[in-house]
Amino acid sequence: MNKSLIIAKHEFVVTVKRMGFIILTLSFPVLGLGGVWVSQLIQGRQPTLPAPAVATKFGYVDETGKFNDYRNQLGAVFVPYQSEDEAKRAVLDRQIDKYFLIPSDYLATGGIIQYSAERELEVPELTQKRLSNFLLSNLLANETSPQIIERAKTPFLITSLTLGETGQVTENPNPFASFIVPYFFGILLAISIFTSAGFLLQGVAEEKENRVMEILLSSVSARQLLTGKVLGLGSAGLLQLLIWATSARVVGQMASISLDFAKGLNISTSIVVLGVVYFLLGYLLFGVLMAAIGSLGASARESQQLASIFSITAVVPLMLSALIIENPNHIVARVLTIIPFTAPITVMERLAATDIAPWELIVSVTVLAASVVGAMILAGKVFRMGILMYGKRPSLREIIRYIREA
Amino acid sequence: MCGKERIVASDRKTVEVSRVYKSFGGTTVVKDISFEVRAGEIFGLVGPNGAGKTTTIRMLMDIIKADSGEVKILSEVLHESTKNRIGYLPEERGLYRKITISETLDYLSALKGFDRGLARERGRELLQRLGMLQHQRKKIDELSKGMGQIIQFLVTVIHDPDLVILDEPFASLDPVNVKLIKELIFELKGRGKTIILSTHMMNEVEELCDRILMIDRGQAVLYGNLAEIKSRYRNNSVLFEGEGNWNGIEGVVGSKDHGKYTELFLDGHTTPQEVLAALMRKGVRIDRFEVSTPSLNEIFIQVVEGER
Repeated sequence: MNKSLIIAKHEFVVTVKRMGFIILTLSFPVLGLGGVWVSQLIQGRQPTLPAPAVATKFGYVDETGKFNDYRNQLGAVFVPYQSEDEAKRAVLDRQIDKYFLIPSDYLATGGIIQYSAERELEVPELTQKRLSNFLLSNLLANETSPQIIERAKTPFLITSLTLGETGQVTENPNPFASFIVPYFFGILLAISIFTSAGFLLQGVAEEKENRVMEILLSSVSARQLLTGKVLGLGSAGLLQLLIWATSARVVGQMASISLDFAKGLNISTSIVVLGVVYFLLGYLLFGVLMAAIGSLGASARESQQLASIFSITAVVPLMLSALIIENPNHIVARVLTIIPFTAPITVMERLAATDIAPWELIVSVTVLAASVVGAMILAGKVFRMGILMYGKRPSLREIIRYIREA
Repeated sequence: MCGKERIVASDRKTVEVSRVYKSFGGTTVVKDISFEVRAGEIFGLVGPNGAGKTTTIRMLMDIIKADSGEVKILSEVLHESTKNRIGYLPEERGLYRKITISETLDYLSALKGFDRGLARERGRELLQRLGMLQHQRKKIDELSKGMGQIIQFLVTVIHDPDLVILDEPFASLDPVNVKLIKELIFELKGRGKTIILSTHMMNEVEELCDRILMIDRGQAVLYGNLAEIKSRYRNNSVLFEGEGNWNGIEGVVGSKDHGKYTELFLDGHTTPQEVLAALMRKGVRIDRFEVSTPSLNEIFIQVVEGER
């Protein structure tokens, strides 16, 4: 067997047997199934119609004298009080939760004051709707037909459809489901890339610290060693990602069937394929760089500190995720798609919100692939020198010299 | 101990190094070094720390490339498969802490392209011979330091290499293991294997080596058969211990009292045999009579001081 393959096999076996790897790999399916189960429990307890046994009571003090009827709105009763003192007492006695003061200049200003026993950051939507319906019904009672009043209360119920290129009409998918999948996939991709690249870093640094490195180099070349390690740990990372993708599909289908908010949750093949492509390229880029860094540090801990420089670049798209998902075609998002360090996660996030033009994907993948080749050449040179240097970490100038000399 | 009778090396060359240079960042570490190692001999690569021994060995192993010059191992210019026929114990050495002895032997012998079945068989044999077979399922972490050192040596020879390169093999070994490793080295030699021993400990070299290359600051300062070198650097004196009047022996130009024994300095024409005969003629009781040979250490100091 080719020596790189022997190393790859060894690295793969050692990695998938690691407790940390097993826990991380299984945690996602377990958490996913647990999440669906808990959501089902919660959903099962929620009554389908909000019809509390005792109707909610709102007090009101009407200084305009115009709001006397239509006091039952969406399961709430509006109780009139003659004076504010009376209403206040009712709140303090817990007869009502709150009361509204409709001042005499209401028609001119629209101002209404709410007094409640409990602090509220924002008036709940349902309360606003009830109040709005109550006010509208009374205001328009003598002006127009009941049908117009109903329409004024609920002016529209929208159905959103997408026109395809040939003019065919398709229904828009569940926005939550179509958003969450690629976003989640982006995070998984980031975890997966950094787990494998991190193992690579740790492995190289440990071999250096343990002084196994030179024993290995007495059997294989630095290039074979690097190739074998990258292959072995990449396979372990890919296995992890595939387990996650498969379980995400299973969990997604379960959620889609049983949970209202996840209707239409479906992980498309194109996302999985792009995910795998970006995993492989992203992993190779970060992996070889991490291996080079692992070869430079005097100890595993020192190498990990050095590696954080690269980890930070990958976090950028996650920090900017709000911007990228809301404005997927913003210039910042487009630039991050081309920059090799940020491309894998940015692409996943943008897919959450939109379709990316094929040319952008082609440019992104090409630049990334070219960077992988460049990183392999540079990292190979640094690796070859770094792994034999014990005791001290070389300075940046020395590293540049290795690259030139090698 | 390094007598001529032990030299059974043939003229076949296992290693040929010619005019090799290596520098790092403007500092020349190895400068115009040439030597040959013959099949079946124990060859000493000797010199103080930092002389360039490890760099020379790394070039033999193709771990680093020489700037110029040529290295041939087992009659061929170095390439990947040459490594399979060499066993190398580096100065900076260690093992994976978290895997077992048998996994370590399996993996590292596979990297030497050695057949798995054969490796297992040989591993069992060697472990048995060293009384460690019952530990083969233990992780390296669980072994004592001494056991770890033995396993390290085992890893070096598991694939039955033709050439074994040992860089400071006795460093930080306890005396029992030093003895054991020496036995193993002689066993290898007995089976016709070639051994290169790099060390700064001259007494080890005197005990083990047939021929040596002594380097200092990257340059060869002495090269050849150890016994010949020692006779070449012989002081013109004999060591004598006994009773009686030895004054007035012809050819003896001076003496130095070392307490228990006396060193007699000879003129350029007189041989130790003539002095011994003269002593016997005078009826002196002789407890010890020995041609004074300097230790390799003394030779090294003499050579280096002469050079500087």
